[in-house]
Amino acid sequence: MSKRIANIGLMTALAMIFSYVEAMLPINFGIPGVKIGIANLVVVSGVYILNIKDVWMISMIRIFLMGLLFGNGVSLIYSLSGGVLSLLVMMLLKKSGIFSIKGVSVAGAVSHNIGQLIAASVVIGNLSIFYYFPVLLIAGVVMGIIIGMLSGRILTGVKPEMNN
Amino acid sequence: MKKKDIILIGTILLIALISYLVIHFRSNNTGNIVIVSVSGEIYGKYPLNENRIIDVNENKGYNRIVINDGKVYMEEADCPDKYCVSQGKISKTGEIIVCLPHKLSVEIKNQSEATDEIDAVAK
Repeated sequence: MSKRIANIGLMTALAMIFSYVEAMLPINFGIPGVKIGIANLVVVSGVYILNIKDVWMISMIRIFLMGLLFGNGVSLIYSLSGGVLSLLVMMLLKKSGIFSIKGVSVAGAVSHNIGQLIAASVVIGNLSIFYYFPVLLIAGVVMGIIIGMLSGRILTGVKPEMNN
Repeated sequence: MKKKDIILIGTILLIALISYLVIHFRSNNTGNIVIVSVSGEIYGKYPLNENRIIDVNENKGYNRIVINDGKVYMEEADCPDKYCVSQGKISKTGEIIVCLPHKLSVEIKNQSEATDEIDAVAK
């Protein structure tokens, strides 16, 4: 039990550091919602090595804490809707066993962007924002492949350690 | 990468391509009216061919929208991420600049299309 709590705390801290590092990077794609999503390394590999309940905890705690520390009420809505949809999709696809970690990661990234887009269209009350739908899909695929490949690498190193 | 991963990625890219074509065939003409909305309510409508500066102070935030030479852009904003400023200049129907933290959108429409909408609301 205490090992489990320690793991959740550790992974949450790691995800928060990744979010923070990403916010520091002077990369701006000029499109709302397009970012690398380094914190998803933790979530994607978590889906493969941790209990799914723990992954939900890590993801939700990270989103709420980052929202409290650096965001405002509105930004929390976007990250929450993206995070929930993304994890839900990844959880189901991983369970189905159809795709490799790259496919799961791509589906997660794309659904994250779709979740945010839906939330944004509700918040600003304007469906015209779906103008960004194609570019958000492509961005999701690219970032999903990158995160999926890196997570695959992480798994080969971390999985044997976790079993000890 | 499994074959099914590639099928998944291909399908997503195909959907992206189709939706891109649909959006751009509908919106490739130059618009003539700029609609600024805050929280889903229209804040103001401005002709695209008249240069002007629009200062919006709503939702505890500040945005400066500039219409210049038939193009619209966000010159300044006090939102945390500044995505709205980096979205650049827009001039075509359907194009939109959004400032998510301030719930603000700036979109371009065609006069006839815009009046249709007003009629629909009036009914």
